[in-house]
Amino acid sequence: MCDTEERHDPNQSRWSHLRNILGRRGMFNQEDFIPDESILDCMLNDLKILVIGAGGLGCELLKDLTLSGLLNIHVIDMDTIDLSNLNRQFLFRQSDIGKPKAEVAAAFINQRVPGANVKPHFTKIQEKDDDFYRDFHIVVCGVDSILARRWINGMLLSLLEYDSDGKLDQSSVRILVDGGTEGFKGNVRVITPGMSACLECTLDLYPPQVNYPMCTIAHTPRQPEHCVEYIKMFLWEKEDPFGGLPIDGDNTQHIEWIFNSAQARAREYGIQGVTYRLTQGVIKRIIPAVASTNAVIAAACVNEVFKCATQCYTPMNNYMVFNDVNGVYSYTFAAERNSRCLVCSQQPRTLNFTTDAQLRQLIDHLQQDPTLQMKNPSLTTIIDGKTKTLYMTGIPSLEVATRPNLPKTLKELGLVDGHELICADVTSPTSLRFILHYTDNDMAE
Amino acid sequence: MPNEKEKKYDRQLRLWGNHGQQALEDSQICLLNATATGTEIMKNLVLPGIGGFTIVDNDVVSMQDVGNNFFLTEDFIGSTKAQAATKLLKELNPDVKGVAAEESLATLLEKDPEYLCKFSIVIACDVEEDTLLSLSNKLWEKNIPLMVCISYGAIGYMRLVFKEMCVVETHPDNYFEDFRLLNPFPELCEYLKTIDIDALDSKGHSHVPYLVLLHKYLEEWKEQNGGEPPKVYKEKKKFAAFLMSKRRKNDKGACLDEENFEEAYKSVNTALVDVAVPRDVKEILEHENCTNLNSDSKPFWVLCQALKRFVDEHQTLPLSGSLPDMFSDSASYIKLQNVYQNKAKQDMICLMDNVSKVYADLGCIYDNGRMSEAEIKRFCRNSRLLKVVRTKSLEVEYRQTAPSDDVTQSFHDNTSDILWYVALRAAQKFRKEQRRFPGIETLEGDLKPLKDCSEKLVGSWGVPQVQLAALDDRLHEICRYGGAELHAIASFLGGVAAQEAIKLLTHQYVPVVDALIYDGIKPSTTAFRV
Repeated sequence: MCDTEERHDPNQSRWSHLRNILGRRGMFNQEDFIPDESILDCMLNDLKILVIGAGGLGCELLKDLTLSGLLNIHVIDMDTIDLSNLNRQFLFRQSDIGKPKAEVAAAFINQRVPGANVKPHFTKIQEKDDDFYRDFHIVVCGVDSILARRWINGMLLSLLEYDSDGKLDQSSVRILVDGGTEGFKGNVRVITPGMSACLECTLDLYPPQVNYPMCTIAHTPRQPEHCVEYIKMFLWEKEDPFGGLPIDGDNTQHIEWIFNSAQARAREYGIQGVTYRLTQGVIKRIIPAVASTNAVIAAACVNEVFKCATQCYTPMNNYMVFNDVNGVYSYTFAAERNSRCLVCSQQPRTLNFTTDAQLRQLIDHLQQDPTLQMKNPSLTTIIDGKTKTLYMTGIPSLEVATRPNLPKTLKELGLVDGHELICADVTSPTSLRFILHYTDNDMAE
Repeated sequence: MPNEKEKKYDRQLRLWGNHGQQALEDSQICLLNATATGTEIMKNLVLPGIGGFTIVDNDVVSMQDVGNNFFLTEDFIGSTKAQAATKLLKELNPDVKGVAAEESLATLLEKDPEYLCKFSIVIACDVEEDTLLSLSNKLWEKNIPLMVCISYGAIGYMRLVFKEMCVVETHPDNYFEDFRLLNPFPELCEYLKTIDIDALDSKGHSHVPYLVLLHKYLEEWKEQNGGEPPKVYKEKKKFAAFLMSKRRKNDKGACLDEENFEEAYKSVNTALVDVAVPRDVKEILEHENCTNLNSDSKPFWVLCQALKRFVDEHQTLPLSGSLPDMFSDSASYIKLQNVYQNKAKQDMICLMDNVSKVYADLGCIYDNGRMSEAEIKRFCRNSRLLKVVRTKSLEVEYRQTAPSDDVTQSFHDNTSDILWYVALRAAQKFRKEQRRFPGIETLEGDLKPLKDCSEKLVGSWGVPQVQLAALDDRLHEICRYGGAELHAIASFLGGVAAQEAIKLLTHQYVPVVDALIYDGIKPSTTAFRV
């Protein structure tokens, strides 16, 4: 829908349910909530919402948003539809398998909900620039990757503007509502960039993925999972069963080969339990999923979006967990802002090392520390007024060229106490600043 | 290799298994009224593949309905809601059969009072109080679960009504394996005797599974402590230190960092717990459904009696046989695992034997048709985790002169979600008297009669007529909603309720007892007894 088309009329009978909620003041409304036709009018016509993900959560989000009067939506998803999606991603049919999720989802919603204006983007979030994200008032994230979440979090924070007094320009604040699910568990959080805890503030709530120890996989397997991992980590490369191709979890022939090989290894050690389902689960790192949990979490997200859009109730402050394994359990708490947060504190983080520490130790720290969890960081700095690349991971030729720096000590590389290091990583759309502090002369505590 | 259906349902099969899926596919669900809440619940049941459903809703689709219900569209204006919703829900999953009832609920029940009795679960959305009570009594008599679900503005309410739900596979989040540390079985003792820890080389020593370490050193401890294991926290701490002192040392006399010992140390508190027969399980085995069997008894209770006989004979539950992973060389771990699994197999055979005997005593023959071996295996493996839950009937809930403690206590807590339950019960009374939602026309006009309904209800419970501002606020809010159903709230409840229905159908995971309020304002959920 472009600006020249008619505006949706908030007085249409189909919005009567919403008008009841927004039409009169009640005992639970926010102080400054003033019922007015313009609220619904704005929701129907002016507010622009961005939905990240058109899968399990995304389908539900699109339905819930449009049926809550939020008609102007863009949705991004880089995936195509798979058979195993159909048990919950209800905007897709058998005949849609292979097609882009964003496009099929948008088309379905636009057809089903009159006036819905969902625009799809079959692309990676990283391929969109600042101006794209600036266009939205609220962003709702329903992805299955912590990396993607961190990137969006970083992007929205980078769009914040401050006036000359250092005061936050409220109009540059775009609320992020983020939902995640896993089996029968889920969580929802409301992030107000620059004001509330951001995603990175509580990064340690997402512990790093547990991997099986290498020596267990190689020498002392005990569980069926160890047998599958062995094939994945060692045997595939050694036996190269498909002419140089890497493992493709969606290729049934690959899975079958791995399954048979894993069974053979299991027999060797007397291990039971290698099944096709287990094999696929390990290779693809499958997380169980059902329609119901996605419905719950997406609805909770949209409920918060509705509150932000209408100001009728105070939005959740700010993190809810949900679990319906045993009865139904949910708990809401206020995640606190981290004053040293890498992304939202605007303070460069200090890295403490000795002068004789090697660069690779510093890189390891960036990856392993639970509050940093970088994937593949590149580091640059400025020495004598000139930019110096310490280690570059993005471009293979540069990686090779800078690899010799890894075993060098920080002192050798020309870094002094207080030196600023600039770090680039896939987890953030903007670069991050660190200050190096040499601990050699610190008093023992 | 998985077939097409297994591929489609892969993500959920990992949660309830093929047998759980079969239970879903054998089920027939009836939805009374295609409200937004109702259709959302159905969506979340059709997608995972229930056998079939019937929707009863003779009301005609209007423009208002199109605004908050994904399964009622403009195309169907003029048709019944049942027709519209059934068609659009069926599209979600070609494996599921769906039927729109042609007539109203009243007509259907008039023609056939047993109409609802052919379903596995009945879901009632927005059914008038008297009708609801009447059909509830019928379903209670026939042991068919009823779910009452309604969304009112920012509030959702779900009530489960069933006599008894027997859950074998509860899938608890936190689960401690049965190590039999305090009462090791003979085969385990024999195996442990073959291990001489001190004679092992350094590699072997550091790869002894921590469970073996616990057993061995516990034995040593007992010898030094008059045959008694550590019981209280202080003793366990001493034992843990004792254990750690058994680590090999380096040349300088410092203890080596042996990972298996670390694991043993961490597990001392939880592993040294005497868990012969948990209280929940004891209660189940002593229940009259178990002790007074007849030929109509559910397989679950037959299994319970077989289990009871096992416990009477062995003073312990059957061994589940599963062990967590532990740092170890392959051979030691597998050997240890085999000892536990062989014992578990033995116990299983004993239980199966008991099952035959129990059936024989009932004058029946046990065969695979009555109860599969797989079912007995699952029961055996989960014998420590069995759970039986029961809800209050709707009849009792509506006639009682005193509600549950949960409800009574809510009158002393201004923030309690359960006050919404009271407000919704009052609104239901209002609807019965006035034949419409409170606040549908005027808030002020309806607030007084709504408060009167509330006072009558609260009065019937013998709760003193204290001025309850918190309750009044909620009554005001309910009035403000004027029966509005918000899609996001309906969808939240739709997810919660559907999963409860799946629990009831698969008999896996513990359901809510008896009711739940979802307050979308805070937000919060509260499960409570009515």
